[in-house]
Amino acid sequence: MKRRPPRYSAARLVSLGARKRAWPRAWREVPLQDSYDVVVIGGGVHGLATAYYLAANHGMTNVAVLEKSYLGSGGSGRNTAILRSNYLTPEGVVFYDRSLELYRTLAVDLNMNVMFSRRGHITLAHSDASLRTMHWRAEVNKLQGVDSSVIGPAEIKKLAPALDTSSHPRYPILGALYHPPGGIIRHDAVVWGYARGADALGVEMHQKTEVLDIMVTGGDGPGGKGPGGRVTGVRTSRGDISAPVVVNCTAGWATLISDMAGVGLPISTRPLQAAVTEPVKVFLPVVVVSGTLHVYVSQTARGELVFGASVDPYNTYDIRGSLDFAEGTAGHLLELMPGISRMRLLRQWAGLCDMTPDYSPVMGFTPVEGFLCDVGWGTYGFKAGPVSGEQMAEAIATQRTPELIAPFSLSRFERDALVGEKGAAAVGH
Amino acid sequence: MLIVPCPNCGPRNAADLRYVGESRPRPDPNSASAKEWRAYLYERANPAGLLRETWYCRSGCRRYFTLERDTVTNEFTNPPTPVAKLGKRP
Repeated sequence: MKRRPPRYSAARLVSLGARKRAWPRAWREVPLQDSYDVVVIGGGVHGLATAYYLAANHGMTNVAVLEKSYLGSGGSGRNTAILRSNYLTPEGVVFYDRSLELYRTLAVDLNMNVMFSRRGHITLAHSDASLRTMHWRAEVNKLQGVDSSVIGPAEIKKLAPALDTSSHPRYPILGALYHPPGGIIRHDAVVWGYARGADALGVEMHQKTEVLDIMVTGGDGPGGKGPGGRVTGVRTSRGDISAPVVVNCTAGWATLISDMAGVGLPISTRPLQAAVTEPVKVFLPVVVVSGTLHVYVSQTARGELVFGASVDPYNTYDIRGSLDFAEGTAGHLLELMPGISRMRLLRQWAGLCDMTPDYSPVMGFTPVEGFLCDVGWGTYGFKAGPVSGEQMAEAIATQRTPELIAPFSLSRFERDALVGEKGAAAVGH
Repeated sequence: MLIVPCPNCGPRNAADLRYVGESRPRPDPNSASAKEWRAYLYERANPAGLLRETWYCRSGCRRYFTLERDTVTNEFTNPPTPVAKLGKRP
């Protein structure tokens, strides 16, 4: 039985105003308890979705989401909000496609306008090698029932007239992978929607609550932590909490959290930068990605061009932007669309990405009982938010790894069963 | 962008170098077990703090060297240690 949060509407605004009532808070602020059934670390789209689906699909409502800053302050509020499922591996395609399916009905499920615009997504090929990868991806996609096809420069010009499809550029556009179901969404609304939805079902969200340690007993490592141990709770900046299940949804900070439980992860933290231009009249109706030029760009409903590149070339927890990025990426963007040379940059920012060796996530159970991970989300975490939440909730509620996320388990590195997704998940290759 | 102190070329923009990653001792291929190889290949400490890392000066002296950097402030702490000869990875 699902309880949905109230709808935001003009009628409600007028009615509250006429009765001189205050606009209600989107979610409650409640005191931190000393015990929960499940503690989710990380108040981004993954953590909130996990909490929401635990309550909505499995009736587990004694759940706390702990966030060291404010909800959606990490990657969930810093990504470029592109949704797609045109991946390279069959495991990846079915997984991300389930996410798109959940995104499609999210506005209705959460009673929140998440502004999902299914406008189509094109991945440009500038070389024979990338054209070959596009054909490969198209065939894998079709086999999984995902709408993808390879199109030529004439069709690309029809979809996005601003693109220079002539033979003049340094890297002329030879073709593209066209994925009509792809699009963009408002990422903040997704975060707030899940928070409101989880709140309406009884889940607690605690902001400004930093996890300092994870209590584990019976493990092989120092202090009873590590493989073979069992989670008993977490120590936070606001006191200790006992919980039999702790979920790590902390993206760029994932290894710092998992180290607290004695679980090693194959993850390196790198910043990913993005930028936005001033708003102009809508001229780019599709999402455009170019692997060769290391750039992806879309135009928001407000008219701003949002663009990003690949991760910075070295590990760091520092999220300052760099001139190299703004200059380099703007140059690549101009190679694609020479017509926008007079547009001004509004701002740029960076977020932290938890990169894995195979560009696939690390999800599910770990060698420490009760400690689960939903990490390794690199540069592709936002689009996987709903399905990750749904599947992680199922894993927690049923104590079994769902089939959809079985290929992404931490143990794949011991079995040499990597899921190589670099050809479709990253622009920097 | 990060300015990297190359032991041979002096301060260089990070774009002139290739980041090899965390410096880890390479196990002996003749005696290492599969588990040790996998640990070498995949496991990372990824600290928020001091990190010993390897760089390759691809546009300059073309040599590998290791540095210690704080991954939160991006400050290099110790003077760089040049390693081995041309093309040899530490």
